[in-house]
Amino acid sequence: MDWLTRLLSFLSNAIVNIGAWLQGVLMGWGLPEPTALLVVRAVGALVVGFFPLIVVIFLIWAYRKIAARIQGRLGPNSSGTWAGPWGILQTFADAIKMIVKEDIRPQGIDPIPYNLAPMLVVFASVMLWAVIPFGPGGSLIGADLNIGIFYILAFSSAALFIFLMAGWSSNNKYATVGAFRSVAQLVGYEIPQLLAVLTVVAVAGTMKMQGIVGAQSVIFLVAMPLTAAIFYLASLAEINARPFELLEAESELVSGYFLEYSGMKFGMFYLAEFMNSVAVSAIFTTLFLGGWRGPWVDQAPILGTIWFFIKMGLVILVWMFIQITLPRLRIDQMLSFNWKFLTPLAIINLCVTVLVNKGITEAFPGGAPAWARAAILLTSQVLLALVVWGISALGGQRARRRTWQAAQISELEVAA
Amino acid sequence: MTITLSHVLFFLLGLMVLGGAVAVVTVRNLFHAALWLMLVFFGMAGLYVLLEAPFFAAAQLFIYMGAIGILIIFAIMLTRAFMRQPMPRANEQWWLAALLATVLLGVLTFLILQNIRPNIMAEAVPENTIHVLGVTLVDPEGYALPFEVASVLLVIALIGAVTIVRER
Repeated sequence: MDWLTRLLSFLSNAIVNIGAWLQGVLMGWGLPEPTALLVVRAVGALVVGFFPLIVVIFLIWAYRKIAARIQGRLGPNSSGTWAGPWGILQTFADAIKMIVKEDIRPQGIDPIPYNLAPMLVVFASVMLWAVIPFGPGGSLIGADLNIGIFYILAFSSAALFIFLMAGWSSNNKYATVGAFRSVAQLVGYEIPQLLAVLTVVAVAGTMKMQGIVGAQSVIFLVAMPLTAAIFYLASLAEINARPFELLEAESELVSGYFLEYSGMKFGMFYLAEFMNSVAVSAIFTTLFLGGWRGPWVDQAPILGTIWFFIKMGLVILVWMFIQITLPRLRIDQMLSFNWKFLTPLAIINLCVTVLVNKGITEAFPGGAPAWARAAILLTSQVLLALVVWGISALGGQRARRRTWQAAQISELEVAA
Repeated sequence: MTITLSHVLFFLLGLMVLGGAVAVVTVRNLFHAALWLMLVFFGMAGLYVLLEAPFFAAAQLFIYMGAIGILIIFAIMLTRAFMRQPMPRANEQWWLAALLATVLLGVLTFLILQNIRPNIMAEAVPENTIHVLGVTLVDPEGYALPFEVASVLLVIALIGAVTIVRER
């Protein structure tokens, strides 16, 4: 067991060691220290930036395989010739095909915004990864900013105009309508997402990502299941996942705001969508599943990274199952679900949770034990969920009775 | 004076903001003007980062790019058929705008020359700026009253919007 401990302790500091080694090499070449540090940071940024790309390549393959199994198909197993065992090289074949495809430029486009939009959309998706904590300490996170989670929300919100840019510059009415729809959906669902995050921040007492992970002695999914549900539903809408997949509604809008894009430019939008899905899974893991926390992390910090990826993988699987099995909502259902149900619920949830949390802090002058705080928060959230469920069930019953009565009356009128 | 990385970044960001601002008022296509405005907002966020005010940087992205910019684009997309023809650069009220801009420039220059807080660059940035900001916003000695007044104003605007669009 001794060698195992040694190996783990080397691995756990691997990132720091590699960074220090690289800096030493550069300074050996005669670079001054700040420049060498800058180069090391730039290399680190490249690694963080390329990480989601590499994950996505395998995720697309896994998604197609799992979707095929659930829908009773084989899925990719050959791309004309041989694509590796289980078709594992399929995504590479697709990527090469997209890159070598002819770049079709529709007539009447606005060239600069048209070509800039695919780049910006990937840029915005990559930027989200800067504050995701992959492990304990300061070396396995791009930058542990004080504003942490707010940075992510700000970036995903600022990226909205790119959809309008892409849709409008394509000179196609379907693309423009698609862009309008996507912005209406994304702006709307930002509100419950933000309020759910605010609830977490209020309980954790910090916006720092490592701080939020550190606050979860009891993971927030257990302490605040309702908040987690609100956040997850709103996030599904934000990443255009299936129950809210209106941005790309093929039957109505052909394919939404990126209708006129082909080849790798289309590929960039596709890539950004998958990258956002992975990012949302990582954010959910950090906010509600305790991030890298798990058994034996204190002894071997590198285990934290493994826990993080296991949890993130599970969240991605849930996303896939929802994506594969659920049908799509209509646009009016999507809008009224947000404005008449999710947003009010998120506001009430925020008020109740913050009050209960403050009450706990006041009731235990010496600091509340983590399990007690979690238990009280859980009780309040479950009670709130029951009350909301009861009200909506009653409301639904009344609405059904009213429609039934209206139908009866019109039948009588027809009979008379 | 040695030139550091933050000087270079400051000048690049300044160029981005000023160049973008000039483009906003000179391009003939309204949609392009809105996109240039986005660049200005992004550059402003960068300037906040250089000033070690990350919360303001994120708020700039969130509110200006994510909300105000989108609103501007929606407004120009929904109100005019601007897709084809380029707009004239100035309308008949250009002299009023020029007057207001000159007055604003004068006031700002006067205030900067007054040097209200001469040592502002020498003052140390607090360790956790968000904590300081949050405490100041809800502190009765600090900005609790303006903060609450702004909140009430927003609530009034929200209720007003709901009242206007309500079906009667």
